[in-house]
Amino acid sequence: MNSYETVFILTPVLSDDQAKEAVQKFESEMKAFGAKIKHSENWGLRKLAYPIQKKSTGFYFLVEFEADGKVVADYELMMKRDERVLRFLTVKMDVDHVAYSEKRRAKTEATA
Amino acid sequence: MSNDIRYLTPINIDIKKDKYCRFKKSGIKFIDYKDPNFLLKLVNEQGKILPRRITGTSAKYQKRVNKAIKRARHLAILPYVSDMLK
Repeated sequence: MNSYETVFILTPVLSDDQAKEAVQKFESEMKAFGAKIKHSENWGLRKLAYPIQKKSTGFYFLVEFEADGKVVADYELMMKRDERVLRFLTVKMDVDHVAYSEKRRAKTEATA
Repeated sequence: MSNDIRYLTPINIDIKKDKYCRFKKSGIKFIDYKDPNFLLKLVNEQGKILPRRITGTSAKYQKRVNKAIKRARHLAILPYVSDMLK
């Protein structure tokens, strides 16, 4: 089992509820693939630094999960096939990254 | 009247300020690609990554900086090309 982190951008065409629905669908499918979701974050609608598919904004989401390496390929294929996803990036978390994200999470929870 | 500029104390022409690696100094081990405000310190106005020569970052951390900035660009957190970024 490794730790992974995925950031993905959904099209701004969706409404807030539709975006959340899409994320829920992703998460349930990830669980079906055998991933254990540790944390998920909604950054909301943000401006893109450059246009992607002629869109200048997008819904950003962050998901941290634990899974076997094989799961990531399945999961990324699902992302790729989904038209609502503008961009995604999955990163394997090393020790420093895990420590950092835990610290970051504690900080955001303290302020919220 | 002479045109010479006179100084009370001699000016130091070559003051060498020691560069240091900010990551080593402050103990940052992981550079977050999700934090545009921090990454902005490591690029110029055009969005190009600043060289080690200028920032003083050590080789180990410069590699991590590069990776973080490239990840941020992929996610449209930082621009690939820009003008007047700062």
